[in-house]
Amino acid sequence: MNLPDSIMIFLILTNLSLLASSRLNACIKTVAIQGIIVGFLPLIATKCPLTIYSYLLAILIITVKGILFPYLLRYTLRSVDVRREIEPFIGYGASIIIGVIALIMSFWLCRHITFPEPILSYTAPAAAFFTIFCGLFLIVSRVKALTQVIGYVVFENGIYMFGSAMLIEQSFLVELGIILDVFVVVFIMGIMMFHISRAFDHIDTNKLGESEKKG
Amino acid sequence: MILALLILVPAVGGVAAFFISQVFLRRTLLISTTVVHAALTASCWMQRPDPILYKWLALDPVGLLFLSVSSLLFIAASIYAIGYLRNEPKEQQDSDEGFFFTNTPENIFIACLQLFLATMSLVCASQHFGMLWVAIEATTLASAPLIYFHRHHRSLEATWKYVLICSIGIGLALLGTLMLTVSASKIEDNLMLPKLLENCQLVNPAWLDAAFILFLVGYGTKMGLAPLHTWLPAAHGESPSLVSALLSGALLNCSFLGILRLHQVCVYSGHSGFSAKLLVFFGLFSMAVAAVFIIAQKDFKRMLAYSSVEHMGILSLGIGLGGTAVFASMYHLINHSLTKGMLFLAAGNIIAFYKTRTSSDVKGILHRIPATGVLWTAGLFAIAGFPPFGLFVSEFMIFKNAFDNGHFLICSIFLGLLAIIFAGMAYTMLNMAQGEPSGKVEKESKLSILPPACLGLLTLVLGLYIPDFLLETLNQISVLFGAL
Amino acid sequence: MNDFGTFLFRAHAGFLAALILAPLIPGVINRTKAVFAGRQGPPLLQLYYDLFKLLRKGTVYSRTTSWVFRAAPVVTLSACIGVLMLIPCTGASPALISFQGDIILFAYFFGIARFFTVSAALDTGSSFEGMGASREVLYAALAEPAFLLSLSALACLNSKISLSGIFIASTEHPFANIAVIALVAVTLVIVLLTENCRVPADDPNTHLELTMIHEVMVLDYSGPDFAYILYASALKLWAFASIVVAVALPLRTGSFITDSLIFIFGILAGAVVVGIIESTMARFRLDKIPKLLIAAAALSATALLLTLTRG
Repeated sequence: MNLPDSIMIFLILTNLSLLASSRLNACIKTVAIQGIIVGFLPLIATKCPLTIYSYLLAILIITVKGILFPYLLRYTLRSVDVRREIEPFIGYGASIIIGVIALIMSFWLCRHITFPEPILSYTAPAAAFFTIFCGLFLIVSRVKALTQVIGYVVFENGIYMFGSAMLIEQSFLVELGIILDVFVVVFIMGIMMFHISRAFDHIDTNKLGESEKKG
Repeated sequence: MILALLILVPAVGGVAAFFISQVFLRRTLLISTTVVHAALTASCWMQRPDPILYKWLALDPVGLLFLSVSSLLFIAASIYAIGYLRNEPKEQQDSDEGFFFTNTPENIFIACLQLFLATMSLVCASQHFGMLWVAIEATTLASAPLIYFHRHHRSLEATWKYVLICSIGIGLALLGTLMLTVSASKIEDNLMLPKLLENCQLVNPAWLDAAFILFLVGYGTKMGLAPLHTWLPAAHGESPSLVSALLSGALLNCSFLGILRLHQVCVYSGHSGFSAKLLVFFGLFSMAVAAVFIIAQKDFKRMLAYSSVEHMGILSLGIGLGGTAVFASMYHLINHSLTKGMLFLAAGNIIAFYKTRTSSDVKGILHRIPATGVLWTAGLFAIAGFPPFGLFVSEFMIFKNAFDNGHFLICSIFLGLLAIIFAGMAYTMLNMAQGEPSGKVEKESKLSILPPACLGLLTLVLGLYIPDFLLETLNQISVLFGAL
Repeated sequence: MNDFGTFLFRAHAGFLAALILAPLIPGVINRTKAVFAGRQGPPLLQLYYDLFKLLRKGTVYSRTTSWVFRAAPVVTLSACIGVLMLIPCTGASPALISFQGDIILFAYFFGIARFFTVSAALDTGSSFEGMGASREVLYAALAEPAFLLSLSALACLNSKISLSGIFIASTEHPFANIAVIALVAVTLVIVLLTENCRVPADDPNTHLELTMIHEVMVLDYSGPDFAYILYASALKLWAFASIVVAVALPLRTGSFITDSLIFIFGILAGAVVVGIIESTMARFRLDKIPKLLIAAAALSATALLLTLTRG
């Protein structure tokens, strides 16, 4: 049991807790922790010696995912005044069971894939696929716009984990562009949530079509 | 240098427009940016610009074609925008539900229009898959405020759907890009398109297939391939007409470019069988879905949006068939963008006069606003692929290619769906054009007639005659995809 | 003494230690809670006093009950004693009885005990007891997958399917797979708390029949029968605690006496932990407990998955 495996297992557990939790505040915290760990991943998952760019990138990602996103999400949380996701499309018990099934599937999948090059650890790709699944699942199974944004961030973390798992080294410029894009997506969604809450008095995306508008 | 200008001019213009408070200056800036951009694009036809930024940005024939189409549409849209913004009241009443709403401030709108152009140019010029991803995601972000121009709950819903669904789709494409890296791990600098094409025999085919699936799902979401098109009708329906024209005519193409680039790698490495089959299947499926939804469509802008789904399907079908169909598909792309731009701009005029998007409430366009009526009717025949319009040529060539290669099933499905879609669109659009007008004869401003008319004229010309330089480029492109 | 003699001595010693020391656990838990509450609390040996007192008393049976009601305490107690025979007192030597697959028997001994307790509760015909029985069965049904999954994770991890084998193998390779062990330990603690009716699943001190689960089922017992039930539940707590300790504290010094002392000390420390949990947490709402158990099952499933896919 080495360091990368333990980290991956911890990340799997954060996903399970996201599936189980109805408190948005707790979810935001969990995602922040997940983001910080994911930001550290490239520092341990590398083929060549670390450059100044790797450190810069790690700092940037940790700042964005561990500090900016939680701040932004919590700010939105306060301004739209919701505390928890009350009636999701799929209940929390069922979500966990589906999550475990997805976990089994991702491990099964990774056993049947031939990886062409040395990878970080054999748990890592499975954990990455599972994280991606959890993100997508949160988006489709939850009602509140905020939870969907959290789902998007988790999904993004999963993709990032996959990159680290495969020891892929993007060029600095591309990584920079990716993190910038992701940041702007979350930022725009945050602004829109603000508009949604103003126009509807709630942020339930399944009720956006109904017209209880104010202006 | 020219390449850098192509991206920087609109980008700087966009940032500047954000801070300019004087209305006239801002609108002049918009026009001049698009004109300068078009001039720069035209100069690229004379002489290909040198690659910049470690050769990450370069214009190959495909990129040049896509760039020119976008540039052309942006000129039309920006001229139209002047008239549109001039007539758009500060606060107006919604026609369906009766509430009042305001618009997004004009400086944001104009700024985002230009940033949209900048990101679009970046997409066309990207030779690096990572860069391509960043650029395509950036187009989503730049266009989101444009869709939310009318600030009410329906457009908010449409924008939310657009940003969420497209961002997830594009996220999947990022996963695909990572898988492409894994697949090409033996190649140095393995996200550079030219390097990949050079060393394509080293690519791991299984991972390449996985990457292609994710590209198709990811960029296909943004391109509007069924069943991932769900954001598209809402976004096209709720945004201002000139934005719909840009989304349909330029944005969808640019996402298609993402799929196209990877398909090119598949073709070069000799593993194109799988990707081609997928393209054909999703192409036909999109046409079928569009056909179903066009028939029952009450909202004429949404109908046009579904028609875009259909034409995206035809594009992907053509590329999937390969051979001469690639040529046809690229030709189709140009004509579709021009025609759809014209139709959406005409639809904008209709909405401006009739104040509704429900097609049964619109009667007698030909009498009330004759110029728009003519454009609308001509647009119907153009989009349905009637001779002498350009779409006829391309659709016929795709059909002929499928027929020659013995894909009779594909041929019959293709023709059947085209017929259904024509029937559905003709019924709605002709009913709108004819009948007793509900108001007196009015006259549109020149600014709102000239751009769609020019686009329509262009596609008419292209149906009759293909200029040599275009023919040459299209031939180059089909060679890139393994024709001949 | 030959080898067989040593084995017999050690196994009997462990078994007897469990039988004698088990009633100490509730005492330790209550003392911990008292310390946290700033009270003096009952003496550590309170349960022993209670048991002796109850054994000396007579029994009263309701006229509506049948033989099921009378049989339940005896069956429950025998099942719990049977369980203790399967559990070694430490990783140093096997238990009194051990064979391939006895982990299943382990789980089903508790099943028998529960079946009889629940049947007896229904037998009384009291509506409160019926309600308690229904809750008990619900939680048991959800706790069972979590428990079996974590046992199978342990079995896979150590490639042994008997409890003694697992105990011994885990001391031979302590912390072979720390993540799996952590997950299993957490699951087992949750299962322990639920199965033994502790906070947060149930509150043993509650005095309101509506909120009781286990306590309400045994309301009608008196005298020696009630003593059997109390003793059986102490034994059950001991059994679960030994598994948790075997998983979380796989030490072996080589000397049987030291090992056993460490083991017993570990169990008592576990009791202190339970006391701390009870003092610091509130009881969960009824509908939240299934969620907790499903989460526990998910954790143990993850653990099993990790053991299956390692390497």
